[in-house]
Amino acid sequence: MKRALLLARRECAAAFDSPIAYVVLATLPVLTALFFFVLGGFFAEGRADLRSFFALLPLVLILIAPAITMRMWAEERRSGTEELLFSYPFRVRDLVLGKWLGALALLALALLATGLVPLTVAWLGPLDWGPVWGGYLGALLLGGACLAAGLFLSALTSNQIVAWLLGVLLLAALNLPSLLLPFVPVSSGTARVLLAVDLRERFQGLARGVLAFGDLAYFLGFTALFLCLMGLVLENRRFR
Amino acid sequence: MMSTDSSARAEQPVVLADGLAKAYGEVRALQGVSFSIPAGSVVGFLGPNGAGKTTAIKILTGSLAADAGRASICGYDVERDAQAARASIGYLPENNPLYPEMRVDRFLRFAWEAQRTDGQSETREQAIERVVEATGLAMVFRRAIGNCSKGYRQRVGFAQALLHDPPLLILDEPTNGLDPLQVVEIRELIRQLGRTKTVLLTTHVLPEVEALADRVVLIHQGRKVADDSLDRLSAAGEGRLIQLSVQAPPAALEAVLQGFGAEIVQLRPGAFGSADSTRALLRVERFDAAQLAALSQAVQEAGLALLELAPHAGGLESLFQGLDRHAPVGEEAVQ
Repeated sequence: MKRALLLARRECAAAFDSPIAYVVLATLPVLTALFFFVLGGFFAEGRADLRSFFALLPLVLILIAPAITMRMWAEERRSGTEELLFSYPFRVRDLVLGKWLGALALLALALLATGLVPLTVAWLGPLDWGPVWGGYLGALLLGGACLAAGLFLSALTSNQIVAWLLGVLLLAALNLPSLLLPFVPVSSGTARVLLAVDLRERFQGLARGVLAFGDLAYFLGFTALFLCLMGLVLENRRFR
Repeated sequence: MMSTDSSARAEQPVVLADGLAKAYGEVRALQGVSFSIPAGSVVGFLGPNGAGKTTAIKILTGSLAADAGRASICGYDVERDAQAARASIGYLPENNPLYPEMRVDRFLRFAWEAQRTDGQSETREQAIERVVEATGLAMVFRRAIGNCSKGYRQRVGFAQALLHDPPLLILDEPTNGLDPLQVVEIRELIRQLGRTKTVLLTTHVLPEVEALADRVVLIHQGRKVADDSLDRLSAAGEGRLIQLSVQAPPAALEAVLQGFGAEIVQLRPGAFGSADSTRALLRVERFDAAQLAALSQAVQEAGLALLELAPHAGGLESLFQGLDRHAPVGEEAVQ
């Protein structure tokens, strides 16, 4: 675990040595605030709650999570530093967890920066903070899952742009069912299955402050699945 | 039990490769390569581009798995005891991959933490101070790696490899892409390191091996073709090549040589600054006065003016140029 934390620290520092950290730290708060206050109709509704803020967060993460992870393996592979990492006494699980924790720390900082939105709402009216904390916990779980998927895709290629595009496509696909089902006629069984794997749908429970076991298990399982797949990709690369 | 294990390991060679094989699809990069390196040697791991050197190095350093065979470093199997094996190696990969955005000092701290082992006597700062002094990095210590010259970046690569004071250094093409002055500096650094450590030096630059190594493992097309002391291999390569220059175009000389039966290694127009001349490098099976006389006579009978006829410098270069014959040389020839 020590070596995983070491790698996580390096990843975080590397993000701040490049423009990525600053772009992410600026983009996530600006986009969420813009969607919430301007497009989300906060002032028209006149209610001091953050439901529409958390409803929009999964869509913003479609762009942001792959931007955080796109370089993490692709750049290591392109520049050859992957070989250096493999030659150090890291275990595959150190590499997998280190990269993921580094990405998660950066996302956590960006989510912290969105704190201005609830603070503004609380200043404008009485805000129930319970759902807000639940929403942020859910956002971390959702973000962790999106980052795991993004890292897996970054490990598949040496091109950052390809890694970002694949990440956006995968996350968009996993957000689509809840958006499209009202307009597409499918059987109720199919709809249930599609909604069960829908990231946005799963997140909405957490965003309301309801910690359902099914939702928690889904996000943790999703994260674990993609971290394992990333580990398999790294291990498999040694045998190619 | 532990002391038995460690004493057994101490008797093992620093590097042991036993029947290493690796294929990339249809391409067989390594075909049963075996060699061992005892402590304190500086070994040149030689071969033309694509011979399989880097594949073998990647297997030894654990970044690639062999299809067959086994390898150990200081008695630690590179697969079963991967962490201990890697901790025994200081590795400078080909092209010296580094993180350009990181500062030299921060990168060295990261590399020390990443390679640290239990029971290390030095603190991080002591280790960094030692390698900065050994590699002459003080001038660029707080500079971003990407802003350092190529020579300094190479020194950073050396420094990260030396941080945990490993018994074995594996240097893959360490002078690749450096200017002549930097090459001299890096060779001097390797020479110094070779006094206290076992060094496996991969290169296709022959003067580098002649300047630094006391033993050579030569591989070609994935097979070991030589494994002997530098002196013996150089002697084995001598006397097989002849340099011949004539005042005639290449086609005329080629016609003569085809009739003579010598193998043409190189045929280049222009010798001694004359555009009408040709210089050839020939490989002969035996090298004696009769052979030279016959060759001289054949050239003169064809009406070509002879400018030069002499044995080529030989040594490792000659050995290298003879690789396509697949003939094992040195000790390998009698194994």
